[in-house]
Amino acid sequence: MATQHSRSVARFMLAPAVILLLGWMLVPLTATLIFSFKKYLPLRGGDLGWVGFDNYVRFVSSSAFWPSVMATLTIIGSVLVITIILGIVLALLLDQPMWGQGIVRILVIAPFFVMPTVSALVWKNMFMDPINGILAHLWKFFGAAPVEWLTQASMQSIVMIVSWQWLPFATLILLTSVQSLDREQLEAAEMDGAPWISRFWHLILPHLARAITIVLLIQTIFLLSVFAEIFVTTGGAFGTKTLTYLIFQRVLESQNIGLGSAGGVYAIILANIVAIFLMRAVGKNLDS
Amino acid sequence: MGRIVLESVTKKFGNTEVIPPLDLTIEEGEFVVFVGPSGCGKSTLLRLIAGLEDVSSGVIKIDDNDATDLAPAKRGLAMVFQSYALYPHMSVRKNITFPLRMAGLSKAEQDERVTKAAEVLNLSDYLDRRPGQLSGGQRQRVAIGRAIVREPSAFLFDEPLSNLDAALRVGMRLEISELHKRLETTMIYVTHDQVEAMTMADKIVVLRAGNIEQVGSPLELYHSPRNTFVAGFIGSPKMNLIDGEEAAKYGAHTIGIRPEHISVSGSEGPWSGKVVVSEHLGSDTFFHIHGTGLADTITVRVDGEVNFKYGDRVYLTPRDDVIHKFDAEGLRIG
Repeated sequence: MATQHSRSVARFMLAPAVILLLGWMLVPLTATLIFSFKKYLPLRGGDLGWVGFDNYVRFVSSSAFWPSVMATLTIIGSVLVITIILGIVLALLLDQPMWGQGIVRILVIAPFFVMPTVSALVWKNMFMDPINGILAHLWKFFGAAPVEWLTQASMQSIVMIVSWQWLPFATLILLTSVQSLDREQLEAAEMDGAPWISRFWHLILPHLARAITIVLLIQTIFLLSVFAEIFVTTGGAFGTKTLTYLIFQRVLESQNIGLGSAGGVYAIILANIVAIFLMRAVGKNLDS
Repeated sequence: MGRIVLESVTKKFGNTEVIPPLDLTIEEGEFVVFVGPSGCGKSTLLRLIAGLEDVSSGVIKIDDNDATDLAPAKRGLAMVFQSYALYPHMSVRKNITFPLRMAGLSKAEQDERVTKAAEVLNLSDYLDRRPGQLSGGQRQRVAIGRAIVREPSAFLFDEPLSNLDAALRVGMRLEISELHKRLETTMIYVTHDQVEAMTMADKIVVLRAGNIEQVGSPLELYHSPRNTFVAGFIGSPKMNLIDGEEAAKYGAHTIGIRPEHISVSGSEGPWSGKVVVSEHLGSDTFFHIHGTGLADTITVRVDGEVNFKYGDRVYLTPRDDVIHKFDAEGLRIG
């Protein structure tokens, strides 16, 4: 049905969406690129002209740069490991027939619908508060001294909050994959004498491989830009300053738009490198 | 090896009884076919024997040992599934050796058995392919290969040919029959296709709603069906069942006459009617005849040479010596 005519109509119909998306992407991108080559200090003289690659050099040579990259990678890595392992466990459990299955599934998915700022505040004030938090009460109940989560174990706390948010997503994707596994294959393996652990290792895990790659890809891209959870809890202190947070500080706290924009461009490059690798991994996975 | 005995086995799903108390003995080396319409419990019965479902009550004995509570893997049975259930990310070789690896056999032993099975099943050229790269018939053979290498005491087949096209099905039917002759291992085969049942079985078990209607060799079932259900189910085209006056003449509530036992003539015979459909198979012709006043449709199977058209009036003569008589409960008389 793809005649010349219908194709041009299709293009025409697609145009508004494409133009909107392009505008949405290109305008800020171009602005960031332009600012990154300028010395631009809104409160200290405004636009002070072109400075070439100065901002890029300064951003990387700052003592905060490498720690922020490490913090970003730590958060991404830990959250990925936690959400995928727990996601597989939860998916396998939720796949079991049980009473109230529908409600339990909705409850499991619920954290995903809570806004990051809200969930961070809930965790900070209701769970991790060393005086009133539930965890503090729990610790006291067992006679232990309450942990000051956000100062003593700040990175772990943030990983915990972010994992809690992303676990439902991983669970959901993995659950659909578990459900699509042919029951007869599992039964065949059972008759072939494979104990549960072998069935998991030889059948379920390979079957989940594709879903796991998709979770990896999508989460990595979103986790690169984790911000609200840090802003609301530690404010970037105690080694939790990620690349995104560093850029925010450069632009808003130091009021140095040029420097922040250069950081933004680094972040774009980093995200694209990750995306290319992951796309390849997914592509390879989809081929076989 | 391979004698399976079921003693008053029942199966309930919740409150629904799928298998009422059932007794059955499957002798060593037999090719037994469970046949029945869909939903008759034949697959459930097979899964009970396999151990994939637990019996609600009763005893299953395999080779005189109580296997009722034994795990599926410990029963020494191998099963071929309807969907083949091959492991998609493993090569054919890995698929076939999977049960051997699970049993912890040595690499040399594994290789030997795979080579042997591949030769038997004509799979030698495909051992390094993935199931996704094989045709339906080849996948079926891999599934059989995976069953063979375990050297089980009995094979269980769950409608293994229903996903194949008609031509392949005939071929695979022969291959499975040959395999049975060669291995001389007990085989239990579930199907809803009575042609498969008739052609392959040493013994057919006809099931309806979990009840065994009749057990016997294909020809026993054909020549003396125990009741009207078996009479109607075994044989193709179906037996004509006639109630009422005509049956009363033979001293029965219902009489049955197979399509091949009626002769057709354009001029004379005790019954008459009009041809509604004639199906020409070349070797045979089936006529579906309406308006005989005996039953809605009478089916007749005659030589391919006989030719009548739509609407032709024909006269039918049944062979009196092969008429089956049934009483009001549908049970066979005499």
